[in-house]
Amino acid sequence: MLSQWIRLTAFALCLVSGSVQALTTEDANAMAIGDTDARVEALVKAMATADDKTAVFLQALADDAVKLVGTRAFMVKGDKGVDPVSGLEFALPDEAEDIINNNRMRGELDSALAALKLFSKDAGIRLAATRQLQSDADESKLPLIEKALATEQDAQIKDLLAMVRASALLNSTDITQRLEATRLLATSTQASTKTALLARLDQETDPGVKLALQKALREVEAALAWGDRLGAMFSGISLGSILLLVALGLAITYGLMGVINMAHGELMMIGAYATYVVQGLFQQYLPSAFDWYLLAALPVAFMASALMGVVMERTVIRFLYGRPLETLLATWGISLMLMQGVRTLFGAQNVGVENPSWMSGGVQVLGNLSLPYNRLVIICFALAVLGAVAFLISKTRLGLFVRGVTQNRPIAACMGVNTARIDTYAFALGSGIAGLAGCALSQVGNVGPDLGQGYIVDSFMVVVLGGVGQLAGTVYAALGLGILNKFLEGWAGAVLAKIAVLVFIIIFIQKRPQGIFAMKGRSAEA
Amino acid sequence: MQGQNSRRFTLKALTAAVALSGLSAMPAFAADTIKVGILHSLSGTMAISETVLKDTVLMAIDEINAKGGLLGKKLEPVVVDPASNWPLFAEKTRQLLTQDKVDVIFGCWTSVSRKSALPVLEELNGLLFYPVQYEGEELSKNVFYTGAAPNQQAIPAVDYLMSKDGGAAKRWVLLGTDYVYPRTTNKILRAYLKSKGVKDTDIEEKYTPFGHSDYQTIVADIKKFSAGGKTAVVSTINGDSNVPFYKELGNAGLKAKDVPVVAFSVGEEELRGVDTKPLVGHLAAWNYFQSIKNPTNTEFIKKWSAYAKVKNIAGHKDKPLTNDPMEATYIGINMWKQAVEKAKSTDVDKVIAAMAGQTFKAPSGIVSKMDEKNHHLHKAVFIGEIKADGQFNVVWKTPGPVKAKPWSPFIEGNASKPDEPVKK
Repeated sequence: MLSQWIRLTAFALCLVSGSVQALTTEDANAMAIGDTDARVEALVKAMATADDKTAVFLQALADDAVKLVGTRAFMVKGDKGVDPVSGLEFALPDEAEDIINNNRMRGELDSALAALKLFSKDAGIRLAATRQLQSDADESKLPLIEKALATEQDAQIKDLLAMVRASALLNSTDITQRLEATRLLATSTQASTKTALLARLDQETDPGVKLALQKALREVEAALAWGDRLGAMFSGISLGSILLLVALGLAITYGLMGVINMAHGELMMIGAYATYVVQGLFQQYLPSAFDWYLLAALPVAFMASALMGVVMERTVIRFLYGRPLETLLATWGISLMLMQGVRTLFGAQNVGVENPSWMSGGVQVLGNLSLPYNRLVIICFALAVLGAVAFLISKTRLGLFVRGVTQNRPIAACMGVNTARIDTYAFALGSGIAGLAGCALSQVGNVGPDLGQGYIVDSFMVVVLGGVGQLAGTVYAALGLGILNKFLEGWAGAVLAKIAVLVFIIIFIQKRPQGIFAMKGRSAEA
Repeated sequence: MQGQNSRRFTLKALTAAVALSGLSAMPAFAADTIKVGILHSLSGTMAISETVLKDTVLMAIDEINAKGGLLGKKLEPVVVDPASNWPLFAEKTRQLLTQDKVDVIFGCWTSVSRKSALPVLEELNGLLFYPVQYEGEELSKNVFYTGAAPNQQAIPAVDYLMSKDGGAAKRWVLLGTDYVYPRTTNKILRAYLKSKGVKDTDIEEKYTPFGHSDYQTIVADIKKFSAGGKTAVVSTINGDSNVPFYKELGNAGLKAKDVPVVAFSVGEEELRGVDTKPLVGHLAAWNYFQSIKNPTNTEFIKKWSAYAKVKNIAGHKDKPLTNDPMEATYIGINMWKQAVEKAKSTDVDKVIAAMAGQTFKAPSGIVSKMDEKNHHLHKAVFIGEIKADGQFNVVWKTPGPVKAKPWSPFIEGNASKPDEPVKK
């Protein structure tokens, strides 16, 4: 009964306004209610006569801000309902129902909105809209695209629009238009173009167009291959940078000091949990500056792990210098205690560490290659930590003492170096760097009590492969292993890649036990 | 000499530790309680999913005890932690059955853990309620499967993705953790897809180890594969690997309307630690979602929220979430209670006989029924899309409950297998 009444009013409204050039209540309802097929059909129909009100309504639909009251669709603004046609506001009743858009509907809404945004005054919005249409242009949008193409002034947008028009024309019934479109699309670097060309090739009957399609496909694939190669390279470097971070601390405690520190992973875990705590504090006391919590978390993570390192060194490890096997057992015990401690404090479940908003998403480099910000930041961070450590070891007084003590403890002591204190400092430094690694890991992986377990084997592999006692070796080993792992993974899958890398390391260490870089001179025998 | 000393010390310490842990596990022998074993990983890679199931059982036990218990006795929970360590599931099952003498066990999530506990259950004639969707290919007299069989989850999900509304997918990436559940499910799906005319070159299977955390290559490969035609991803990744996978998916800009990912082991709880805004529209297939609106579910959520607050359950006390395996656990323990009442005994064989045909008003909105023969529940299937707030919008559902087919017809040789446990 009610729907009939609405239909009547809508009809009356149409008659009164005397124009079909506007959003009607009927249109709005048809786009919001019913099964997806009917809604898409209504959307296409409404697009033909779209005006500002249509755009507002579509945006609201796409934002899930449309509700159903009875059989009428209303936009929601705060706690008020807004009539999409008249713009009148009213209090939204409690029984208002959500409207659910599935993927297909959301896709249709997005591309309809993009088509409308082609006429925005802001060039940035127009560009974004054009990009959006690249992957989902179809013939129904063609009139709008052509209209936009005719008025567009910006050269970059114009070129892109021409491309969008070509992909919409790819399924045209006119052979010359298809040919022209195919020729233009051959210069594309978008993965979606390949999809479109392949789909067309399946249906194409004209031999001339078929040839052109095949040629275009080859060119697009060649362009895409570059993106793939660079992508594999990048993920290798990214994994390498993570390996470098987790191994750097160990390069100091194991490489320089000779402590087989099985608790290294747990020191990273402490750094990650420190990040989690700082995140919690920011959420509670400084929500406005939440995006920058990570910067505050860095020193906290460093200090937390370094302090833990000092406690470990003072209470256990200093009694075990020169007895590597016993440090192994002792630190393994400590690692179990640390894990259980964290489990008791924070629970056995993983805790959620969020990426700050400036680390979410990625930068589009090529059509099919986008580099995630969090990985870029971690690569830079690993380089910065590496630089700082290299500087500390080779250029500062502390670094000199550390090298002196590790090379010849009695002589260094004779020279007046307080070797016990230097040991503590060096161990704290190694532990602190593990904390920094933990802070970085919290941005890409899970933070849980077992976090360290997953990385301890990797970090020892890197240090041993690089050559014990060598920072440079650690760097080469980390990057080498990262890239090797990623290339193998692309070729044989994650499980086999892991096995292959382990086999490689076993063989390598057998042939060359001293690692990539061997220590030269007297210190090698020490 | 010193080395030997320390070795002896380690041995002593180990013995002491073992003795201690043995002591702490010693049950208090109270004669007038019914013991209920809870066998869920509270640490390790599966803790993300399983911890909350332990709490669900505890909540149901509290609830039953508050109403006067069972057969005039109180229920007494015995919680053990098999720590995501598969062989430990067998050991803990033995401990529960022989030392603690529990009458029933609620537990397991991964199929490999269930397969590990199964021989012990059959040997000692124990009773396990298994609350998670799985690959089928198993039917034991000693197990009741309250999660979905493949035809109650995987097959409908694939059907939906092939439909126009689901995106009319032509190419498929079957992505999973490397163990029995994903491998078998993908075997069934491959056979099913082939029966629908999908070519082998349009199906790609990929596996990662448990706890895998670097999904760059996989996501890049999915992107590459999807350029060849409309692609859908079926994910059987289990445990905390899902968090880095979805993070990578979001960062790489792979949108659901281009390449939808349907997951079989990701629910409200697994998405807790993930920023779901970039994931809007990716799917999950389950037999229950928290967002389903009906009075039974409202009450279930209310109960859980109150319980989580009282017990101070991390995470849930501020943001209570329910999910499908929690519902299945809740149905399981309530059906077991009804069966015990019907049998007037906790004797395993009597309870098994009484379980046949039990019904329970499930939070998913249907009256769930335990099949008379095949130890599986009749369940309605829902497909949900992830919303920005981490909940799911139900976009498709079966008209009514579906009977489970533990022996999938898409695996060769299954046609002749009987639809009930074979007596040994």
